[in-house]
Amino acid sequence: MSDASATQNGPVLAADGTPLKRSLARALRRQKMRALMLIAPLLLFILVSFILPIGDMLYRSVDNKIVQNILPRTVVALADWDSTSGELPSEAVYTALAADMKEAAAAKEHTKVGVRLNYEKPGVASAFRKAGRRAKKFDLEAGGPWKEAFLKIDKKWGDTEVWRTIQTYSPPVTAGYFLNAVDMRVGVDGAEMRPERERIYMALLKRTLWMSLLITGSCILLAYPVAWLLANLPMRSANMLMILVLLPFWTSLLVRTSAWKILLQQQGVINDLLVWVGLVPDDARLQIINNQFGTIVAMTHILLPFMILPMYSVMQTINPSYLRAAKSLGATNWTAFWRVYFPQTVPGIGAGSILVFILAIGYYITPALVGGTKGTFISNQIAFHISTSLNWGLAAALGAILLVVVLVLYWAYDKIVGIDNVKLG
Amino acid sequence: MAKQGNSDAFVAFERVQKSYDGENLVVKDLNLTMPKGEFLTMLGPSGSGKTTCLMMLAGFETATHGDILLDGVSINNIPPHKRGIGMVFQNYALFPHMTIAENLAFPLEVRKMGKSERDEKVKRALDMVQMGAFGGRRPSQLSGGQQQRVALARALVFEPELVLMDEPLGALDKQLREHMQFEITRLAHELGITTVYVTHDQTEALTMSDRVAVFNDGRIQQLDPPSVLYEKPQNSFVAQFIGENNTLEGVVTEISGDTCVVRLDDGEELDATPVNVTKVGERTRVSIRPERVEFNKDRLKEGAHTLKAEVLEFIYMGDIFRTRLRVAGNEDFIIKTRNAPDQVRLEPGAQIEIGWLPEDCRALDAS
Ligand SMILES: Nc1ncnc2c1ncn2[C@@H]1O[C@H](COP(=O)(O)OP(=O)(O)O)[C@@H](O)[C@H]1O
Ligand SMILES: [Mg+2]
Repeated sequence: MSDASATQNGPVLAADGTPLKRSLARALRRQKMRALMLIAPLLLFILVSFILPIGDMLYRSVDNKIVQNILPRTVVALADWDSTSGELPSEAVYTALAADMKEAAAAKEHTKVGVRLNYEKPGVASAFRKAGRRAKKFDLEAGGPWKEAFLKIDKKWGDTEVWRTIQTYSPPVTAGYFLNAVDMRVGVDGAEMRPERERIYMALLKRTLWMSLLITGSCILLAYPVAWLLANLPMRSANMLMILVLLPFWTSLLVRTSAWKILLQQQGVINDLLVWVGLVPDDARLQIINNQFGTIVAMTHILLPFMILPMYSVMQTINPSYLRAAKSLGATNWTAFWRVYFPQTVPGIGAGSILVFILAIGYYITPALVGGTKGTFISNQIAFHISTSLNWGLAAALGAILLVVVLVLYWAYDKIVGIDNVKLG
Repeated sequence: MAKQGNSDAFVAFERVQKSYDGENLVVKDLNLTMPKGEFLTMLGPSGSGKTTCLMMLAGFETATHGDILLDGVSINNIPPHKRGIGMVFQNYALFPHMTIAENLAFPLEVRKMGKSERDEKVKRALDMVQMGAFGGRRPSQLSGGQQQRVALARALVFEPELVLMDEPLGALDKQLREHMQFEITRLAHELGITTVYVTHDQTEALTMSDRVAVFNDGRIQQLDPPSVLYEKPQNSFVAQFIGENNTLEGVVTEISGDTCVVRLDDGEELDATPVNVTKVGERTRVSIRPERVEFNKDRLKEGAHTLKAEVLEFIYMGDIFRTRLRVAGNEDFIIKTRNAPDQVRLEPGAQIEIGWLPEDCRALDAS
């Protein structure tokens, strides 16, 4: 019936004669545009400071254009060489290399590609450096044979492994950084595990995850009672306690970590106290810093507020009458807590845990200062590759793996607990 | 412990006092006994200490002084979960992470009841409040009235002998509230449970209760069945708080047995029943219900005192007429008359004379 009347009368018209649907859409579009304008600065900021850097980092973890760009002729000439034959590449390849090296040396770029390939095959960098030094004087017309010339410069140029490395890493994108980041490498027949003593990253990643888990766990244990007090104390005491909880935020991270150094070192406050009390003999002071224990203690302390605050905000909304109701129904204090109160605080625990865990696995300063060698995290390796070894590709691959781990955990959490169950406030 | 006081008292408060801060008494000298099966309502303005009394009975607050007895035994040192008292909270306090059936099973589970028996009882309790079809839902998926029913069922499912309810209908709309008032009293009487019901709504208290305790300022002002409370208020607080009420102030000029004469401040005199006045010359506040005021002289006793009144306003309310008068300087003197074919409709501006039977007019304390 309403259909019939609609077809009879045509579409509903607005006052100015345009179809109502269109004028509604126009009105809404204007609203949407205005809303978009309001968040545009933030959007732009996030794009420039967050999305783009992450995108760039992800790209760097596979980017390998450098070899092709600096050694274009060599890459082409080397394409036909069979690395399994055990023979060195032909003279044509060496000729191409000579031409490439002369050009690269003039542009001072030969060391870059040397450093890049050195990540995959240690020792290559020096061969490139030496060859580059001579290459400026190469006479491409009259010189040669180039094979001999290169072998004379550095005998590495006669190593088929070096050539295999150049060949393997000539495509513009590579999985090499990622393989490296999971302790693998490209061997003669595809990807293979590195030798035992060269494996570091997987162990480090496992340690990072495990220690972050421990830190999250100890944060939950310590934060729960504090959050409960915050939510249940009378206003004035609760405010006081809240200030104490927030106090660490007003102190520099570096200062707090250094304070832990002073407390935990062998001649530090805690050891002094234990010796004074007589629990520990003076000649066997406890090693509680520069190891995993030190990292866990200091990071638990530093991340604790991130656990307390979400827990508190959830507990605050739980009406005390639930506990009373449970008790009036015959539950003991423990049953009332465990069956009625605790389940309602799970969203807070979840939110705090995600926050603390994600912050923990990316933490860098504290493990670097109090972790020694056994208590450092994967981020310390990332920092090392960014600022010391300058292997940005590997740093990016490690970072990308970290990112994936976080996303996978987030996904798993969503499956198990449900992300709607997370309350931050 | 030896039984004290009334031997058929199921619940007894004996000289109970309560202070939260050590400075003010929130409950001052509370004495109350309830027989088994009674429906008693604590009625009073907000802050008068009703909830505190209930919480002391339930065990969530401890009395600063005095004894609370349950079935003759002092329960001061029994923790709440061992008291076996059912409780309905104002916000219902249904556990949000459990289904309705799980909520009801909770008290049975903590009593270690077997699964089949538990399911049986849960089902029966839900049917009792007509919520049998909702066992699988979460509390948030129910309307306020439905949550209320579930809360009631949960408080009754473990068959407590005593049930406490703290303003359980406060959050419902009027119609639902009236319906639930009926449901609750029906259930309480059918199951024979003793009920302490707290409300600040006097209509609720009057319609539901066997007896009503009117609270004010931490004391019980009057404890009586609804009809006595309404018709024979013991002091001016109760008279004011329960129902509509006209008051006039004056001085007692004559007392003889169960009647007295009060001279109002403008010199007019009226007949009253002395309640809180004992001697001539005392100041008093007389209280008269709007429906007991008579303006038809024929229906008054021979020689009864009358007062001059001017009609200010006539309000037609359907079933009744509500007329506002000026009497002895009081411009808020209300009379109510039934809408009947022969009923007089008073016109604003008319000068009339009003009076009443002395037993309908009570001379109370002046405070
Ligand atoms: N937990 C408490 N701490 C301190 N004062 C309270 C507490 N509970 C109630 N009071 C005070 O006790 C008085 C009586 O409160 P309550 O028993 O809740 O009254 P009602 O239920 O009659 O409204 C009020 O003045 C209230 O402020
Ligand atoms: Mg109350």
